[in-house]
Amino acid sequence: MIYADNAATTKTCAAARQAMLDGMERFWGNPSSLHSPGQQAREALQAARESVAKAIGAQPGEIYFTSGGSEADNQAIASAARIGARKGKKHLITTAIEHHAVLHTMDQMSKEGFDVTLLPVDASGIVKVEDVAANLREDTALVSVMYANNEIGTIQPVAEIGALCRERGVPFHTDAVQAAGHLPIDVTAQNIDMLSLSGHKFHGPRGVGALYARRGTPLLTLIHGGAQERGFRAGTENLPAILGMAAALDDAVAHMAENDAYVASLRDALIEKLSAIPHSALNGDRERRLPGNVSFCFEGIEGESLLLLLDDKGVAASSGSACTSGSLDPSHVLLAIGRPHEVAHGSLRLSLDRDNTMEEVEAIAKATAEVVAYLRDMSPVWKALQRGERSYVIQ
Amino acid sequence: MLYSEKVMDHFRNPRNVGEIADADGVGEVGNAKCGDIMKMYLKIEDGVIVDVKFETFGCGSAIATSSMATELIKGKRVEEALSLTNQAVVEALDGLPAHKIHCSVLAEEAVRAAIKDYYDKNGIAYEPEQLCGGDCACCHEHDHQE
Repeated sequence: MIYADNAATTKTCAAARQAMLDGMERFWGNPSSLHSPGQQAREALQAARESVAKAIGAQPGEIYFTSGGSEADNQAIASAARIGARKGKKHLITTAIEHHAVLHTMDQMSKEGFDVTLLPVDASGIVKVEDVAANLREDTALVSVMYANNEIGTIQPVAEIGALCRERGVPFHTDAVQAAGHLPIDVTAQNIDMLSLSGHKFHGPRGVGALYARRGTPLLTLIHGGAQERGFRAGTENLPAILGMAAALDDAVAHMAENDAYVASLRDALIEKLSAIPHSALNGDRERRLPGNVSFCFEGIEGESLLLLLDDKGVAASSGSACTSGSLDPSHVLLAIGRPHEVAHGSLRLSLDRDNTMEEVEAIAKATAEVVAYLRDMSPVWKALQRGERSYVIQ
Repeated sequence: MLYSEKVMDHFRNPRNVGEIADADGVGEVGNAKCGDIMKMYLKIEDGVIVDVKFETFGCGSAIATSSMATELIKGKRVEEALSLTNQAVVEALDGLPAHKIHCSVLAEEAVRAAIKDYYDKNGIAYEPEQLCGGDCACCHEHDHQE
């Protein structure tokens, strides 16, 4: 099986697995206990906190371990909004292409009386800094813009938005779930006030993530109980997962430059090969994209059947078609970059990683071309396009 | 697994794929915006469906339900084919996930639309409400903005 769905999850790396075993075999104590096993666990927890902080240019005291990226997003947004509201700030800014962990939290804030501005993106899937500037208000409590998009891989101008928000005195959060471990992050240089990351997107375990909140950025507690995470996240720490995540992030950051160069070479080769399929189009900016992201739309076919047949041919991929999401609408991200519904249904996301090879890229391209041709051959939409009864959207 | 073995079998090895050049009835239902379109071709002799082919743009269950629907009506009398229900298609496939039931509705409607076309071409009278050949299958669940 060729695994090309690394944006969904990654296989845990050896360093993460070893750290997790240590978390169970050696550091099984409760970090809140005063006895030796507890204190040993506490030291391991602190070392992991230092390691995660260092990976993004933060201080250990600015890292809060969570159950994952979604919880970190929820806590960042709900905190900034509800604390802002105390000073009469009831406006939030985000983008139309955020992950649902952000969008649905924004929906909840909207129900609580906040005014939420959803910024559009251009056809290449990038938000304009001028749009952020033009929408900032006196009562803006938070700007939240993702670091890199999970579907189309576009990298957003986070440092520029950070600088703008700093200048205007508005807190800035970024969902860096797809970026952490894959792109350089420096929360200080990039003026990021809050950042979310998730362990299993960079070969760490799932069920664990982190929220970075700059010293002085007020937070609220979502999970009430004990005083873990300095009182901002109750519950006995999931130490094996935290240690695994820290080890995986350390490993990813240490080899980032070489991994990125290698993975980007695979990505570029795959984009070139898939572009040869007639009436296909790359989704997202060609240059400003994650090293491993390849997202395409193929006219005249539907994504779920494409995925299932690719799986039969030994390729694990993903799609933004409605049928794969369980809803009737295709991906909000593909709609936001202007893909019509009928084209957005025919999307394919292949997310590559350091474990993939050029031979696999060739096999993926071959399998995709075969399956697209097969499905088009039974598609009344494709037939109508070919007979000129419908107009091609993708030339 | 999302789908039953039978659904996967009909998806992987769809029966009766293609078109009939001199079809006696052709029906197309669905909407590309909704992500599925089915086109059904019937060859009818002496009131019997002697051949049936389909073309489908859609997900795994859309292809599987089209395939199963053609199997269920092939060799049947037109009136019998008209009584095909989406539930019969679902049962023949050993079930479908809840959010895929609309695919079976589409398959039923594709058969009806093709029969309506046959009736219209041959001046055969029918009750209009019996043969809605529209694309309501996907769109009655929600409205798309144009």
